[in-house]
Amino acid sequence: MTLLLTGGRLIDPSRKADGDADLLIVDGKIVKTGKDLPKGKKSPDVEILDLRGKWIVPGLIDMHTHLREPGFEYKETIASGTEAAVAGGFSSVACMPNTNPVNDSRSVAEFISRKAKECGLANVYPIAAITVKSEGSLLSEFWDLKDAGAVGFSDDGKSVMNASLMRRALEYASSLDMPVIVHCEDKNLSTGGVMHEGSVSTELGLTGIPAIAEDVMVARDLLLAEFTGAAVHIAHVSTAGAVRLIREAKVRGVRVTAETAPHYFSLTDEAIRNFDTNAKVYPPLRSLEDRTAVREGLSDGTLDVIASDHAPHARTDKEVEFDYAASGLTGLETSLALSLRLVTDSVLTLSDLIEKMTINPARILRIPKGTLAVGADADITVIDPEKVWTVDRALFCSRGKNSPFHGWTMKGKAVLTIVGGVIRYRDL
Amino acid sequence: MKLSRKDILGIKELSVEEITLILDTADSFLEVSTREIKKVPTLRGKSVINLFYEASTRTRTSFEIAAKRLSADTINISASTSSVVKGETLIDTAKNIEAMNPDLIVIRHSAAGAPHMLASLLRQSIINAGDGAHEHPTQALLDMMTIRSRKGRIAGLKAAIIGDIAHSRVARSNIHGLTKMGAHVVVSGPATMLPREIETLGVTACTRIDEAIKDADIIMMLRIQTEREKQNVFPSLREYAQYFSLNRKNIALAREDCIVMHPGPMNRGVEISPEIADGPHSVILDQVTNGVAVRMALLYLLTGGNS
Repeated sequence: MTLLLTGGRLIDPSRKADGDADLLIVDGKIVKTGKDLPKGKKSPDVEILDLRGKWIVPGLIDMHTHLREPGFEYKETIASGTEAAVAGGFSSVACMPNTNPVNDSRSVAEFISRKAKECGLANVYPIAAITVKSEGSLLSEFWDLKDAGAVGFSDDGKSVMNASLMRRALEYASSLDMPVIVHCEDKNLSTGGVMHEGSVSTELGLTGIPAIAEDVMVARDLLLAEFTGAAVHIAHVSTAGAVRLIREAKVRGVRVTAETAPHYFSLTDEAIRNFDTNAKVYPPLRSLEDRTAVREGLSDGTLDVIASDHAPHARTDKEVEFDYAASGLTGLETSLALSLRLVTDSVLTLSDLIEKMTINPARILRIPKGTLAVGADADITVIDPEKVWTVDRALFCSRGKNSPFHGWTMKGKAVLTIVGGVIRYRDL
Repeated sequence: MKLSRKDILGIKELSVEEITLILDTADSFLEVSTREIKKVPTLRGKSVINLFYEASTRTRTSFEIAAKRLSADTINISASTSSVVKGETLIDTAKNIEAMNPDLIVIRHSAAGAPHMLASLLRQSIINAGDGAHEHPTQALLDMMTIRSRKGRIAGLKAAIIGDIAHSRVARSNIHGLTKMGAHVVVSGPATMLPREIETLGVTACTRIDEAIKDADIIMMLRIQTEREKQNVFPSLREYAQYFSLNRKNIALAREDCIVMHPGPMNRGVEISPEIADGPHSVILDQVTNGVAVRMALLYLLTGGNS
């Protein structure tokens, strides 16, 4: 099977390439890129796509998603989650281990990989739990989990509160050259909180989660990473303090990378004013100052990655009192369009943005993706930068319709997602 | 003049004109409760549901009396006896109630925003009888009615609200109401009970209650919830009573004609000393009397009545 993409603008930050070029795919691999590639003879085995006005980028990678399977299939399945992924332009996703059972053992990791292969949409990379059942008391079997296909370790949803255990986890993961992905939240400071602590929580009378709950834990984990020499990746950075701490640590040479999610640079705690449970996320939507700092962190390279923290929930999880609502938003199908706004707002260059959604997460997870180099797997996303569309949660492929962006007008959309040389999503 | 809104969810949304309309209407209903036959036929044939997810004696009774004096039928549902224990969601409970066609639903709930959720889903009028630490609009209205009747005005007065501001819906509703009506509001209490950025609501905050009481026209004491002691919000009731209570000594700092208010139930000897609670400055029982009139006014206005 041969696929020839012609007439598009090819943007590949992994090779610092940006310019008009064609791209030839044969049998799932990128074979050639360059100007005016020969079209060859007409054949049923050859598809030629005219992509004038479109951007051709490496298949997008979302390194922070929740696919909910096994255990919470009523919220999302690997099938619906990967369908949402390719619809959002993502050819690869990493999924967090807070399933039921928790992905803390070879059997669960293998189950996820097998299911993903059966679905045959996006590539799925399991992230395994740092501790057994993510309970924060016993290390899970890192070596075995790596063999089973895990690409990193995380107790996402909470911090490993025991600093000594966290130190061991970093040392042990480091020996495998695997990243530890940390959800930073000191639970003693955040207990009972349902939104950011600030003027809005004060007015609404909702219990606040102070920014310092995140900052304290970011500081601890940075110090532990510095001490052990291990690589740590800070998940979903939401506060100005965390951005500052990470920036300073990078200057000191700490092996730290960090991500933020589109909602942290798109929304603030003002979105909670009408008690919209779709805007309830952990960490919570923060103040305008925090949002500004997150944007600066993206701009100056402190934050390496944009990941959606795709957290689908069923209606029944959200259509309850704010205090009782599940936290998280469904993000795979809005992530790219929200991120493109950063280019419009001159926060990032287009190339920097694509870098944070392709090669940077690939390098952090040590996966051979995120590039359009000759010989690489043909994972490719085609973006129509001019396409104007309205977010309609009823049209989401994800089972989770919990989006605070419903009704937003967006510009720019993935119109073609190619995974391993096969078109898995087409909206041309 | 008519009240052109479906629900009363908070004071935050009300205009000065609307507050004035409600207070004027309440003034005119005050007399009904002094008659020998305390009933007018105004709401005959209407039904009011009191949906209480949190324990309440005073507020629920007040709403029930208000509705009955207007000849409405009242039904009380409390969380302990309802289908809540069977695990039904608030929305399902509310939809079932809606299907029985009441005219008005009064809800109290421990979760902030619960009445707002019902208001957006149901066609009935909703009155918020207290949601979490968010708002308690009828309490603030009865407080403003009491202040107005005692002082003749609200504008220009200094009001001190003292106690656990962070967890108090009474404080929030009164802050909105009193600042809208032109009073100067000072909130005070232990630093752990003053929420972050409280000044954004247009008040002054201080941790020494003497500063708040000084020259105050209105002193509003809040109930201290004793379980906060265990959460390390304050060290002990003993210390609280010594440093944060209203007593004979510090009340001398206030204006001579100041009024002392409390939303109840009081912890006598903790946030307020008994001789102040029962003393000449206290208007605490007036608040309760006015509460019935304010609730009558709201039931009347929300079901389409004119002032």
